[in-house]
Amino acid sequence: MLVRGERGVLTKLAWPALLLASCAKAVDPSALPLFLSETGLYADVAGKRIAAGVVAYEPQYPLWSDGATKRRWIRLPEGGAVDAHDPDDWRFPVGTRLWKEFSLGRRVETRYMEKLADGSWRRLVFVWDADESDARLAPEAGLPAVAKSADGAPYDVPSRADCALCHSHGDGVLGFSALQLSDDRDPLAPHASASNPATLTELTRLGLLRDLPADCLEQPPRIDAATPRERAVLGYLHTNCGSCHRADGLLAPLGLVLEARPGEDSSEYESGLRSNDGRHLRPGAPDESLLWARMSTRTPSAQMPPLATHRVDSAALELVGAWIREDLVPTDTRTDFRP
Amino acid sequence: MSKAIYGGTLFAALVLAASLLLPEASSAQRNSRVERGRYLVEAMGCADCHTPFRLGPNGPEPDVERGLSGHPAELVMPPAPRLEPGPWLVVSSGTNTAWSGPWGVSFTSNLTPDEETGIGKWTLENFSAAMRTGRHLGAGRAILPPMPWQAVSKLTDDDLAAIFEYLKSRPPVPNRVPEPIAPRG
Repeated sequence: MLVRGERGVLTKLAWPALLLASCAKAVDPSALPLFLSETGLYADVAGKRIAAGVVAYEPQYPLWSDGATKRRWIRLPEGGAVDAHDPDDWRFPVGTRLWKEFSLGRRVETRYMEKLADGSWRRLVFVWDADESDARLAPEAGLPAVAKSADGAPYDVPSRADCALCHSHGDGVLGFSALQLSDDRDPLAPHASASNPATLTELTRLGLLRDLPADCLEQPPRIDAATPRERAVLGYLHTNCGSCHRADGLLAPLGLVLEARPGEDSSEYESGLRSNDGRHLRPGAPDESLLWARMSTRTPSAQMPPLATHRVDSAALELVGAWIREDLVPTDTRTDFRP
Repeated sequence: MSKAIYGGTLFAALVLAASLLLPEASSAQRNSRVERGRYLVEAMGCADCHTPFRLGPNGPEPDVERGLSGHPAELVMPPAPRLEPGPWLVVSSGTNTAWSGPWGVSFTSNLTPDEETGIGKWTLENFSAAMRTGRHLGAGRAILPPMPWQAVSKLTDDDLAAIFEYLKSRPPVPNRVPEPIAPRG
């Protein structure tokens, strides 16, 4: 707990500065890879053969990306391992590379992160050519409407500043964590793959995790919830909202925390759903709950998440709506909303 | 020995003097920053939109009791007039705090340090990041027109800090500004 508190302070002070630095820092374009094929993901980009040492993984609570199909990979440097001693704060070795591919009927973009020698992350996006022969480096400001999602909504490639908005706490990696890769997978998680080739057990076997607490393998991490539906809701909010709505983030003044954090034994994740404003959630009334209302619109001035989506996540809206309507108990005094 | 005592006494005196002077210096610096912030807020015309106008004997004048508190909560605006296609694009209220345009209807924010409805809970990090990124609190919803955050983003860190300190020094005005209204379909 102490470590988390200390990090919270550092995060609060450091991340706006990092964000501003990322906005202002001039990057020498000649130092950047111009094609995805230069980043080490593929042994053969034409045949889409993944390179040796690159490991595929599937988080159990994926981010909603307007219905895009996603694939993810990680490669650690030779002999490197993730420092996993704190289940809430994995630290990645210099040289770590991650990729996330987005498809809408065909490959559209692949996002790429690489940890540099100074400990910072380089985050780039590559947009696939129409024939999918390779993907080209996108401009720093991103690209609007490079494709259309299922109902014709535009699909945007994010700017590098937008990347930094979400990848802002801890070591800046999302979706590759003790909870997301737990062997105890949530069957009700919206849009999740049924299986994950890189569970904690498998990553440990491969030697890619260092100092993972033993109880994470004996009792795989899961969100401590009163009902299966609540477990899925809290997991969804953790991923889709919790990277910004954190107790130690810039949005802390809003008084709404939607993260999930490990409990004392680090295998049970406690609900981070806390609010000090009755407008956020009205038990029994989703349409009077600001959280649900924000999820239900894609008007830019009102929508949540505020970026990287133009389509409402209907499945999640139904799940969260049912939870507010049927599971939450009306009371004036509650600040954490549990059935 | 006496030299050592003398040196120690001198050191203690210097520490005491410094400790007496330091708060004074800090206070003076703070006052200077607040003044700088006031200068910037006034020169940049922040109050033109964030302080509502009311009709006085000589025409519209800023309602100083509501200084920088944004669109008055009790002033519920009727639907904005629908403009014919043509060069007219934007409509504003007589208070200059409600604006209708292609982005929908936006209401100017409460910039006073009220804890619940203003910037009372904001940190300098929130304010600076908001002005740099054009996002609420620096990480949330987009800040809508006509707020010229792009121009404000050109200020130095020190100037943004001065503005924030000035705003925090103002009297809090409880006033919950309405949410923006989406554009008509």
